Amino acid sequence: MAERGSIIYLEGVTVDYDGFKALNRLNFIVNYNELRVVIGPNGAGKTTLLDVICGKTKPAEGRVIFGKDVDLLPLREHEIVQLGIGRKFQAPSIYANLTVWENLDLSLKRESKGVVATLLGKSAQAERDRIGRTLETIGLADCAQQRAGSLSHGQKQWLEIGMVILQDPQLIMVDEPVAGMTDKETEQTGVLLQSLAEKHAIIVIEHDMAFVRQIARIVTVLHEGAVICEGPVDKVQSDPKVQEIYLGHRKQKNAHAAAG
Amino acid sequence: MPMPDATTIARDRGEGLLFWLTGLVLLVGLPVLNVLPDPESWLHVSDFALNRFGKFLCFAILALGLDLIWGYTGILSLGHGVFFGLGAYAIGMHLMLTIGKESVYGSALPDFMVWNQVKELPLFWKPFYSFSVSVAAAMLVPTLFAFVFGFLAFRSRIKGVYFAIITQALALCAWLVFNRNETNLGGTNGLTDFKQILGFRLSEPGTQRALYILTVLCLGAAYVLCRWIIGSRTGRVLVAIRDSEQRVLFSGYSPANYKLFVFVVSAALAGVAGALYAPQVGIITPAQIGVLPSLEMVIWVAVGGRGTLVGAVLGAVGVNWSRSVLTNYFPELWPFFLGGLFIAVVLLFPDGLVGLFAHIREKWAAGGITRKPAPSSETGGQEAQ
Repeated sequence: MAERGSIIYLEGVTVDYDGFKALNRLNFIVNYNELRVVIGPNGAGKTTLLDVICGKTKPAEGRVIFGKDVDLLPLREHEIVQLGIGRKFQAPSIYANLTVWENLDLSLKRESKGVVATLLGKSAQAERDRIGRTLETIGLADCAQQRAGSLSHGQKQWLEIGMVILQDPQLIMVDEPVAGMTDKETEQTGVLLQSLAEKHAIIVIEHDMAFVRQIARIVTVLHEGAVICEGPVDKVQSDPKVQEIYLGHRKQKNAHAAAG
Repeated sequence: MPMPDATTIARDRGEGLLFWLTGLVLLVGLPVLNVLPDPESWLHVSDFALNRFGKFLCFAILALGLDLIWGYTGILSLGHGVFFGLGAYAIGMHLMLTIGKESVYGSALPDFMVWNQVKELPLFWKPFYSFSVSVAAAMLVPTLFAFVFGFLAFRSRIKGVYFAIITQALALCAWLVFNRNETNLGGTNGLTDFKQILGFRLSEPGTQRALYILTVLCLGAAYVLCRWIIGSRTGRVLVAIRDSEQRVLFSGYSPANYKLFVFVVSAALAGVAGALYAPQVGIITPAQIGVLPSLEMVIWVAVGGRGTLVGAVLGAVGVNWSRSVLTNYFPELWPFFLGGLFIAVVLLFPDGLVGLFAHIREKWAAGGITRKPAPSSETGGQEAQ
């Protein structure tokens, strides 16, 4: 993609849940074709950040700009999706009673996703080919006609990533993709995300530091709803403030463990 | 390259055969057995039986719509009696006006207006002199009502048990409104004592036979419509909404629009069912449209097997048939039977009769059949609440 500059731009974003500031004057920028990992302790506002970008949560103040000049705040969720922002949820959310193929077919980007278009629409060969290729990419080609509910946990995660890919988004947001995966699955997921990063901007939220090191170029650390550090993995890990947050938490945990 | 539709096609062929066979029996078989055999013969289908069966088929039309919204989309509506009632009252009003001077009091006004000292026909009754307006109203009034109600509810993202509760409240409101004499719709006694439709006497077996055949045709059309919706990508979006509404939303669809669509279609089907019901049964009262009948409709679908169109039809006919038989012998036991049936369905066979048949067949074939015709209850059960 030839575009330069930021694909998503957040400025002074505050999300207030009855006095608890999930995001506190947050500034956050991701550029085109960037793979960004967001880390931070529980409650740092990572998932809220994704909620704000995809329109699930509307911030009390601040600006959210997609691409050059598209203001996301007045848009509804499905309109934001149609602009080109895809999201994979933390718990795999797929359609358990449809086949893997049908799951992907529904997610495929189409000109209209209104009732009438969907009622009359037929599958074009090009669309079938695309779904076929995506099945290869996510390694589920053999399960195309299987009920999605019968897939393993890791396969469900991949299926959902495949569903997001087929929406043809410019920006993909992935919330803890490797939680509950085996080591092998985790590694495969890392490879998958890196290959996707060649064509898309990706934001990944992750706890697993080994995984972060495998995929990350730039890491953003959130704490109490604001960015406290941003940079390459090594720099972030050696940052005293970051260590304090994580070590502080660890100390507390250890203290609890000792007490208990 | 996998063939995405292979299983669906095979399933549809089997169902297509069943559809035409059933259609033939209902459309030709029963009416012929009504007309030809000697009334003493065991083959004879009495006028009463045919008429009663026509009533069950009306319920089946409604059940199809209810299954579309509950079975497939996972939205439990406890207010479908209202849409049924709107359809039935629209035709009922026309039938009241065609009674004319034959009424008990010999007035051009419906009898209940004479009792209630209403001197002049209320304005909203006047369009119902026209048969075509009444037929159109029987479909359009429930459709419009469902559109407005659904628009507000779905746009505010009312779902699950909350939607069930407000639709139940709707049924209660409708019941109260229709019960009032001031509403000028006959109050508690409803609309009854119909004499003729389009100049044909409703007491004539021939008229009733024609209404029965019309009902079968409407049921067939409703079935084809529902099958078409379910077979399209829209049908899969509906199931997807039941499985994971959030994912649907974040795949670029507006779930509210799809819910509104399916709600409106099911309300229209309920309206048609009501319109066919009133002239065949000869009476429509608020007792047939309130909270209890609306709940019963849900039980029909649950018993037959939600998420399968055949199940909806089977459930509506089956439950109502048992009701006719049982109330004949043990009238006071019916509510217990109905309640027991519902508990049995929920606990023992959550996929209804259709699921039970499939299960038995599966056991019979011992591993021959793999794919279940019905969407499993795995997630449907939770989200339908």
